[in-house]
Amino acid sequence: MTDLQNLAEHIAAGLGDKLAGHAMHFGELTLDVNPGNIEPVLRFLRDDPACAFTQLMDLCGADYPNRPLRFDVVYHLLSMTQNCRIRVKLQAGEETQVPSVTGLFDVANWYEREAFDMYGILFSGHPDLRRLLTDYGFEGYPLRKDFPLTGHVEVRYCDDSKKVIQEPVSLVQEFRDFDFESPWEGAQAAGLLPGDEKAEQDGQEG
Amino acid sequence: MSQVTQNPDDDRKFTINFGPQHPAAHGVLRLVMDLDGERVERVDPHIGLLHRGTEKLIEHKTYLQSVPYFDRLDYVSPMNQEHAFALAVERMLGIEVPKRGQYIRMLYCEIGRILNHLMNVCTQALDVGALTPITWGFEEREKLMIFYERACGARLHAAYFRPGGVHQDLPQDLLDDIDAFCDHFLTVLDDIEGLLTNSRIFKQRNVDIGVVTQEDVMNWGMSGVMARSAGLAWDLRRSQPYEAYNDMEFSVPVGKNGDCYDRYVMRMDEMRESVKIMRQCIANMPDGPVSSQDGKIVPPKRAEMKQSMEALIHHFKLYTEGYHVPEGEVYAAVEAPKGEFGVYLVGDGSNKPYRCKIRAPGFAHLHALDYLSRDHMLADVSAILGSLDIVFGEVDR
Repeated sequence: MTDLQNLAEHIAAGLGDKLAGHAMHFGELTLDVNPGNIEPVLRFLRDDPACAFTQLMDLCGADYPNRPLRFDVVYHLLSMTQNCRIRVKLQAGEETQVPSVTGLFDVANWYEREAFDMYGILFSGHPDLRRLLTDYGFEGYPLRKDFPLTGHVEVRYCDDSKKVIQEPVSLVQEFRDFDFESPWEGAQAAGLLPGDEKAEQDGQEG
Repeated sequence: MSQVTQNPDDDRKFTINFGPQHPAAHGVLRLVMDLDGERVERVDPHIGLLHRGTEKLIEHKTYLQSVPYFDRLDYVSPMNQEHAFALAVERMLGIEVPKRGQYIRMLYCEIGRILNHLMNVCTQALDVGALTPITWGFEEREKLMIFYERACGARLHAAYFRPGGVHQDLPQDLLDDIDAFCDHFLTVLDDIEGLLTNSRIFKQRNVDIGVVTQEDVMNWGMSGVMARSAGLAWDLRRSQPYEAYNDMEFSVPVGKNGDCYDRYVMRMDEMRESVKIMRQCIANMPDGPVSSQDGKIVPPKRAEMKQSMEALIHHFKLYTEGYHVPEGEVYAAVEAPKGEFGVYLVGDGSNKPYRCKIRAPGFAHLHALDYLSRDHMLADVSAILGSLDIVFGEVDR
């Protein structure tokens, strides 16, 4: 734990104002950066001998539609020599051009394509920003929170026209999405009910 | 199956389409390959033919309902994946798994590792022309899947590792049977090795093919056997131990040349190490509960429900609403048989994950296929693809 704290201070000193902030949660270190600084920050993390985060293990997007900049781009780095992990996050809007890090890590190529495919996050300087996981000719960004779980179209083989066709989704039964936002400790939230005080007196159940 | 387009200017240049249905593709993979004669110039994998939107589905399910989706990722070693998810949720909830639960998890993780390596070694041998190993290997896989079934009721889609521990306790006779399996299994491994390790054809197809260096490992985010074949002694069970792997005695096989043959030999060795761990788990299996005793997370036993009102309420609440996980984000990774399998989980304080990114090792490895196959012959592509250990359930998610 203290090692990570020291590392955080070292990184903050080395990066100066390129770093927008850092935080520790659940024993994991997260750095916040601005989109424009992602490339120099990752380069520092990779090349600084005390960091040596030489592997980009994961890169993904996340969607927070209520924010002005709705997307997070999250980078997970691993240092085999220091045996630790770090997370770098930046915020991007639908129009933001996030600089691609394919120049630093070849593996970023597919990860950025996936983030583009799933969220529509744009990466500038990416050599080949095509869709990756969705179908040829797919429209929309499926992992955005405003994209319905069932999608917009369904695909089937049409025996009349002898080819695969796309039709608007028609559900036989409405998708059931239950609201469970009720408090777990219901009785306590509403205050003690008559008779509840007995349980506290002797701790015995009737 | 494959279409060939010839370049009109140069009669040696071809573009061929491999798949999506091809026996050597290990699933549904489409490769668009640019060839110069038989030499590969470029490989463009088109993936996503098995994309099911797992991450989107998980966002709409409670934490417990999300567990079975992990079986369906790498369906060759289902429990190893559930493990990463369980670790992520446990870290966010701050709960501990009792010792017996940890040992059962390790035991079944190693069974999963053998399941995976058997499948990989045997199908890779099949890809390069050895037909017998798969019949021997699948016989053993069948026995292991019966151990899965006896523990949780399902051969593949286990849903056995749940946040807090494992679903049910194991009976002693199952442990005895697994112990008995270990002895016999080592002789089967020797038999398979006898067919492959010194086989001239197998060596001709694999030695010096698809060589991975340490720089490649860093650059392409490789992990697991791929990283170790380049000589990096990196195994999350050793370097970032989870559960009780610290108490286990086992060695981590490391390769020297980084080629397909090294990876085959390492997988065979890893199976032997897994047997060692399984034996230690069985010999030292502690007594006690198999999952956390926190009634707000882990549902009660059925017998308890018949007696206790409290247990009945917990059962009802856990199987309808589920538990709430505090706000925050974690990244939990395990050494899955194919490499580092990670789960990046974002919670918003509700009973459903806000975001669950699945970091599949095969995704990064398949990405490197283009790089690894360059300047190889066309026939080497299937040998490389075999030794990358790809399962499309996890690549496409």
